[in-house]
Amino acid sequence: MDPIPAEGTAMYRWLLCFRYLRTRYIALASIISVMLGVATLIVVNSVMAGFAAEMHDRLHGLASDILIECHASGGMPDPDGHLKEIRAILGDKVEGASVSVHVPAMLGIEFNGQLITRHVNLVGIDPETYDTVSQFGRFLLHPQNQSMVDFNLRDGGYAPDRENFPDAGWAYRRQRASYEKLLAEERDRIDAAVRKARGEQPATASDPSDDAAAQGPSMSYGFSPAMIESNDAGQAKMFDASVDQFPGIVLGIATCSSRMRDSDGDVRDHFYCRPGDDVRMMFPNASDNAKVVNQKFTVIDLYESGMSEYDSTFAFVRLDQLQEFRGMINPESGIRSVTTVQLKLVPGANLNEARDDLRRRFPPDVYAFNIQTWRDMQGPLLAAVRLETTILNILLFLIIAVAGFGILATFFMIVVEKTRDIGTLKALGASGGGVMSIFLSYGLLLGIVGSGVGMVGGLLFVKYINSIAAVIEKITGQEVFDPTVYYFNSIPTIVDPITIAWVVAGSILIATTASVLPALRAARMNPVRSLRFE
Amino acid sequence: MNDQPVLRATGIYKSYQKDSLEVPVLRGVDLDVPYGKITAMVGRSGSGKSTLMHLLATLDRPDQGEIYFRGKRIDNASRAERDAYRNRDIGVIFQFYHLLPELSAVENVLAPMMIGQSTWQYFRNRKQARLRAEAMLDRVGLLHRGAHKPSELSGGEMQRTAIARSLMTQPSVLLADEPTGNLDTETGADILRLLRGLNRDDGLTVVMITHDDSIAAGADNLLRMKNGRIQDERILQVA
Repeated sequence: MDPIPAEGTAMYRWLLCFRYLRTRYIALASIISVMLGVATLIVVNSVMAGFAAEMHDRLHGLASDILIECHASGGMPDPDGHLKEIRAILGDKVEGASVSVHVPAMLGIEFNGQLITRHVNLVGIDPETYDTVSQFGRFLLHPQNQSMVDFNLRDGGYAPDRENFPDAGWAYRRQRASYEKLLAEERDRIDAAVRKARGEQPATASDPSDDAAAQGPSMSYGFSPAMIESNDAGQAKMFDASVDQFPGIVLGIATCSSRMRDSDGDVRDHFYCRPGDDVRMMFPNASDNAKVVNQKFTVIDLYESGMSEYDSTFAFVRLDQLQEFRGMINPESGIRSVTTVQLKLVPGANLNEARDDLRRRFPPDVYAFNIQTWRDMQGPLLAAVRLETTILNILLFLIIAVAGFGILATFFMIVVEKTRDIGTLKALGASGGGVMSIFLSYGLLLGIVGSGVGMVGGLLFVKYINSIAAVIEKITGQEVFDPTVYYFNSIPTIVDPITIAWVVAGSILIATTASVLPALRAARMNPVRSLRFE
Repeated sequence: MNDQPVLRATGIYKSYQKDSLEVPVLRGVDLDVPYGKITAMVGRSGSGKSTLMHLLATLDRPDQGEIYFRGKRIDNASRAERDAYRNRDIGVIFQFYHLLPELSAVENVLAPMMIGQSTWQYFRNRKQARLRAEAMLDRVGLLHRGAHKPSELSGGEMQRTAIARSLMTQPSVLLADEPTGNLDTETGADILRLLRGLNRDDGLTVVMITHDDSIAAGADNLLRMKNGRIQDERILQVA
């Protein structure tokens, strides 16, 4: 006599659980909850992965692979010698290198007679090499500046693909200069008339604010004259804003604009200054007894990377000019100093290894250098995104676990309902394990169907997520994806097959696990007692 | 071999726990079921007929005593052996038919085959199995109703389907727990005729519980149960 086949291999359990699936509509409720959980998990993971990848890309693009910062205010002298040393250490792994000066600064923008001040990081860059270590030019608004920026104001044509970008460039600067000249003349005329009417002598030394109006922003107040080394004091008389410009500066777009929604709900940028305007920068010089350097610059372009951290804190000027302003040139040898060396390594190079090599050559207890990879710098942010994803995953898996408890309850009901059939099956020779496997297979099948449908639904949702967002916006009038917050115009998504496999496998496992208890109960059911039920 | 009883029970005791009270149901039953005969068990409700039947089908185990199938002890056999015994050596039918409502008549008849074979075996033999199931249905006169669900069948048809199911694995004994108890007299007589035919043509041994003395009178072997014991035994010699 052949033994009865091991439980689980017999045919009837599949037949029965398929039939149960088709005839027990209550099980559909469990399927739907598994389905929704799986779909949500897939959508959330894809969107989070999309965001993370986008952010990764941007962070990496903006930051160079390896950053060597010198803490000293005066920076490190002889950057060429340092670069030679670095190339010797890293060999042919170095793809590009650039030196720059980073200095904290205060930006002053005069707008409607009000002074707007911002804290910025003033960066002196070498336009020739800076683009080899990090993305810079491509984030500028003027198409010609994108390939090569020369820090001179251009005639016009800024941000051609941008709607509602205000006039900018030389044309705008000339127009504004002549308007301000007229304004000043008119003001002088009225002033003179008033004084005459009062019987006063015409003013000989004009009020500083009157004069300054012609020059653009002014901020002589707030700092004692001793603190400020004004570089533009003597120039004022010769300077004609309609033909001359101050040293060029590129401002991060968020330092001089604000993004808001107009009454129609459209997103609009409002610019406090634009290419062609003059701004004032205050930053410490490089001497040990630091003083504030107060320098006017002409905005020649704006920088928009999409990362608000960068857009709202950076301002770029020419390296040689910043070195002059800060006194970073040794008057005897003519050797210039820099504060930062940025390196770009060949693709695939091990950044941490390179960093450690450099740290061995420039140990922190001898050199005041801080050597970091871009990941080190953005570590907290990247870790935060990872943590966020993990927590969301845990929460959503809890949702599926809730669905699992739904399956548990439903199955207990079905087992009770099927008491007689279970007795019958046992009377026909089905083993306890075989009966158990019916309900385990049933749970497995529910999990497979639920997560399969959920997977397809989730993937479709991800594929059409932007259209769906648009539809929801239209229906509710609420913006689902707010570009003022995210700086992306569409929702980025990445579908990772491994993640999906985990999600699907996890939910099938949960569904099967939830059916273990009811299945055990069915297996242990006393056939005599279940056959007596009438 | 034919002299040896197919089923033999000796000194069976069985009691059930009701709350904290022990209710004895069977108190020392000795029983021989002769081969190729129809044995009828009669007795009032609670006399222990069904319990004895369940013990013979190994759906339950006696507190004391032994049960032999063809000389082999089965009451203390392993779970797998008892499952195989129920699947292949005996067929069981019930008063309330106990068909699986999700399956059609022919699938119900196939069920013991599906239970007894692995998916692979079943798939290999599914054509023969189906043919056999149809032959069994034909035997009970229900071939034309094969595709119907139990809910679409009458009581007599359901019982006949149950009989076809019990015959699927060619058992040597059919245990019938009041097979006509839920049917009208005429349909009951049909079922009885069918059982008798099976007994005559295939030599199937039938053990049948019944309330109906007229049905019992048609049996070869009559057992009267009372208070958990078999009262008297009368063997009818049928020409």
